Amino acid sequence: MMEPIVVFPDPPLPELARTLDLGGYAWKAAPSADVAARLEPANGWAGAIVVADGDPEAAWAFCRAVRKRDMPVAPLMLLMSGAQLADLELRDDLFDDFCLNPFHPRELEARLRHQFWRVGGGARPDLVEYGPLSLNLETYQATIAGRPLDLTYMEYELLKFLAQHPGKVFTREMLLSRVWGYEYYGGARTVDVHVRRLRAKLGEEHAALISTVRSVGYRFGQSRWGG
Amino acid sequence: MERHQDYVMRTVEERGVRLVRLWFTDVLGQLKSFAISPAELENALEEGMSFDGSSIDGFSRVQESDVLAVPDPNTFELLPWADPKAPEARVFCDIANLDGSPFDGDPRYVLRRNLDRARERQFSFYVAPDLEFFYFAPGAKGQAPVPLDEGSFFDLTTNDVSGSLRKQTIRALETLGIPVEYSFHEDSPSQHEIDLTHTDALTMADSVMTFRLVVKEVAASEGVHATFMPKPLEGVQGSGMHTHVSLFRGEENAFFDPEDPYNLSIVAKRFMAGLLHHAAEITAITNQTVNSYKRLVPGFEAPIHISWARNNRSGLVRVPIAKRGHANATRLEYRSPDPACNPYLAFALMLAAGLKGIEEGYDLPPEAEANLFELTDEELAKLGIDQLPQSLSDALRVMERSELVVDTLGEHIFEWFLRNKRSEWRSYKTQVTPFEYDRYLRSL
Repeated sequence: MMEPIVVFPDPPLPELARTLDLGGYAWKAAPSADVAARLEPANGWAGAIVVADGDPEAAWAFCRAVRKRDMPVAPLMLLMSGAQLADLELRDDLFDDFCLNPFHPRELEARLRHQFWRVGGGARPDLVEYGPLSLNLETYQATIAGRPLDLTYMEYELLKFLAQHPGKVFTREMLLSRVWGYEYYGGARTVDVHVRRLRAKLGEEHAALISTVRSVGYRFGQSRWGG
Repeated sequence: MERHQDYVMRTVEERGVRLVRLWFTDVLGQLKSFAISPAELENALEEGMSFDGSSIDGFSRVQESDVLAVPDPNTFELLPWADPKAPEARVFCDIANLDGSPFDGDPRYVLRRNLDRARERQFSFYVAPDLEFFYFAPGAKGQAPVPLDEGSFFDLTTNDVSGSLRKQTIRALETLGIPVEYSFHEDSPSQHEIDLTHTDALTMADSVMTFRLVVKEVAASEGVHATFMPKPLEGVQGSGMHTHVSLFRGEENAFFDPEDPYNLSIVAKRFMAGLLHHAAEITAITNQTVNSYKRLVPGFEAPIHISWARNNRSGLVRVPIAKRGHANATRLEYRSPDPACNPYLAFALMLAAGLKGIEEGYDLPPEAEANLFELTDEELAKLGIDQLPQSLSDALRVMERSELVVDTLGEHIFEWFLRNKRSEWRSYKTQVTPFEYDRYLRSL
């Protein structure tokens, strides 16, 4: 499993969170460089994404803190408004690439992929595995006990999201905003419908991989407390 | 390219899909399809595939007839009955004009437009149809059908055959992401019912189209003919498509009110009042064949009267009693539609009628608790209970005057449908039937 990317600020832009989830990136949000240092994994952050158009001063301070260390965090991706372009001058050492905000998800993904390729690392695992389930994020293919699953796009995205966060309970609203965004005819019940369909496709033997947590939502795999 | 298009392209590549079938629906609810090779898919996803619409019922226009089939990548699925060595996939399409604007003759667009109207009011429209159909031994064209249960057509006991057909059908539906709630052998010989689990109306309309094809394909693979004809056999129940409907606001069922004796909210009551008020106007769409009206007769659990009730199955709208603690199961069951309808148009009109009731604040008439089939015409008149149209011709006459129907369907489909169905009625009317020979030839 690759190390996560650190994202500033906390809470992150919902659209950014969704793009990272869909792209299969592991990430954590931090409200300040101090917190980022405290949360830092043993092998260091795989990179950073800093949204600079909310509070520019705090954002630059964050960049400076994570770059001016013995082991600078790289790559560092900036998201900023067009009006801030002049601020980039004389700050070349603080970032590796930038993207205008509001960003196009495909553009951001392409830039991230490129940056990670350049530095030879990558926060993006190509394979997500849990028990008999395996998802190849590069080819979008899923298999259960070696049998390929025929999924629709949204079924695939939902399964991927759940499998990337095993043991965690998600409400319908959280799943809807992280996996779908809000443009969908079904409203919040859509999640139930898709879970029902995923279970049918996983087959009786494996349907229990997704459990219903009464009056809360859904959980993939075992509870963290073995329940 | 968008992510979901990318998903489709990669899946086609990884799974070695040889053919992608582009599916869409004509105005009469017939599934239409043409196949493209994977090489054409990328272009189809980005720009749509142009084809001559004049060959499709209800698509033709005077000036130009080329339209675009634009695949909806969310509906991309591998077909379970294709040869595993040469996999095939299907994807539903929206139909667009060459300039990219939605095409008025596309039933899927009619439903989308009406779902958008509901969404402006924060409602999502959920439906769950109960689909009935018959299995028959294949016969000659124009011949009366032979039910499997009676036929000596099979060596196996007939129960085994139809039971196994139903099982195979359900397995194929589940692999296509269409969950089944219940399935059982219906009252009539060779009649079966499969109830689908509720979902948003657009997905469900796509599912009904897929369902009809799956039922027929599976049956045909065993040499059996499956039919959704509303009344294939005289003297036994016909096939309906009772449709359970509900509105959700976010995660909440907008039809539920714990304080009400019926557990129905004011939204539900007005929606139901709208359905009842406009029922006669939308009947030509929910029951679109000459044969549909042979199902809507007394004595076979099909509705005749425009009324509602909880347990009384003679009413047009039934309020199923949701189990305690199952607030989300609160729903209305609209009982007149039959499975030969165009599901996109039928769902769009049920929704529009219900929303109209909510907007205009229609009052719900009292529950009809009596068995309406036992009441005389005078008694019904006193209760203010009307009847559904008695024939396709009656239904067209009521539809023709309906503002709700023209608003919902748009001029293009409204006018084409009336024209097409009037001509169907005319050719039916010129028939001299065995009934008439029997009754009149000797006595007159």
